[in-house]
Amino acid sequence: MQGESLTFVFLNAAIINNFVLAMFLGICPFLGVSGKLKTASSMGAATTLVMLISSVSAYGLNVLLTSFEIEFLRLISYIAVIASAVQLVEMSMKKFSPGLFRALGIYLPLITTNCAVLGVALFQTAKEYDFLQATSYSLGAGAGFTLALLLMAGLREKLELSTVPRIAQGAGLSLMLAGLLSLSFMGFAGLGG
Amino acid sequence: MRPDLTQPITMDTFLRGIWRENPVFVALLGMCPVLAVTNTATNSLAMGVSTLFVLIGSNVLISMLRHFIPKQVRIATYIVIIATFVTMVDYILQAFSPAVYAALGAFIQLIVVNCIILGRAESYASKNAVLSTAVNAAGMGLGFTLALLMLGSVRELFGMGSLFGVPVFGESFQPWLVMILPPGGFFVLGSWLLLFAWWRERKARKALVEEAAHAR
Repeated sequence: MQGESLTFVFLNAAIINNFVLAMFLGICPFLGVSGKLKTASSMGAATTLVMLISSVSAYGLNVLLTSFEIEFLRLISYIAVIASAVQLVEMSMKKFSPGLFRALGIYLPLITTNCAVLGVALFQTAKEYDFLQATSYSLGAGAGFTLALLLMAGLREKLELSTVPRIAQGAGLSLMLAGLLSLSFMGFAGLGG
Repeated sequence: MRPDLTQPITMDTFLRGIWRENPVFVALLGMCPVLAVTNTATNSLAMGVSTLFVLIGSNVLISMLRHFIPKQVRIATYIVIIATFVTMVDYILQAFSPAVYAALGAFIQLIVVNCIILGRAESYASKNAVLSTAVNAAGMGLGFTLALLMLGSVRELFGMGSLFGVPVFGESFQPWLVMILPPGGFFVLGSWLLLFAWWRERKARKALVEEAAHAR
C-alpha cells in the first residue's frame, strides 16, 4: 500500500490494530512477563529493538529474494534473521545490564518465538510497505506491544493486593482482564484500515 | 551425542497430550493461533489439522536426525526444519483451499513460531525414537486441535448462531457480535480455564473430604 503517511502507519500498528489486543500476536510474553511493571517495560524495549532490527533486515532480504525469484525461502530466512537479532540483543544485554538479563530469564531467548516479531516481518511484506513505512510499522508495533504489556502489568500489580476467588487465580483471570483491555481497544477500530 | 532415553510406547504416550498435558488448557502454549483463528469452527479445524501435520512431520524428521544434529546449533536446526514443513503446508493449502487460506491469512506462516512444536522437538523428539515421537506428536496435535475446536465452536455458536456454517438457532437468534471479535477469544478461553479450575478444585475437595475431616 503506497501513500500511507508514516504517522498513520505508526498509529495503526500501535493502537488501532494493536498487535497484542486486536491481532493476538505475542500472547505468550504478554501473559508471562506482565507480572511487574519494571520487567514489563524492559521486555517491551527489548522486543521493540528486535522488531526494528528484524524488520529492516527483512525488508532487505525481501528485495534480495524477489530479485532472485526465490520467494519460497522467505519464511526460513526471516526466522533465521530474527533468531540472530535476538542473539544480538541477548549478548548486549548480558554485557550491559546483567540484572535485567536475569530478570527476563527464559523469556529473552523466547522472543525468537514471539509471533509478533515474525508477524511484523510478514505483514510488512504482505502490505508492500516501502523502507520508511516498514521502519515506522515496526516501531509502532513495538510501541503497541509495550503499551499492552504495561497496561496489563499495572492491572496485575493492583490485583495482587485484592482477594480473588481461588479458582480464578492465575491464567483464567489474566485472560479475562486481557479480554476487557481488548474490548476497550475495539473502540479505536473504526479509525484505521 | 546424547544418550538415547527412548521410553516405551504406551497408551499414555498418546493420551497425555490430549488431556493431562493438553498444550492449550494446561500448558498455555501456542496461545496466538488459539485466540486468533478460532472465530469459526471451520477455521479452527483447518488450523488444528495444519499444526498437527507440521508437528508430526517436523518431529519425526528431528527424531530421525537426533544423532546428527550438534547440540550447539540444535534450536536453529529445529526452526529450519519446522519452517520447511510450514512452507509446505502454506503452499498446499493455497493450492487446494483458497477460501480457508484467505481466512487464516498470515497465521499459517506463523505456525513456525508456535511454541508447542519447538517445545515438543526440544523435550521429546530429540530424545526419543521415531515411532514413539510420532505417537506423542499425534497426541499433542490432536489435543491442540480439540482445544481449538472447543473454543471455535463456542465462539461460532454464540457469535453467529451456527456451527461449521450450518445455522443452529434459527432466524430469530440475535448474534453476540463480541464473541467473534478479538475480546470474545479472551473471554471464552478464560471461561474454559475457570471451568477446568473449578472442576479440579471440586475434585480435590471431594478427595479431601473422603480422607478425613481433620486433614484440613
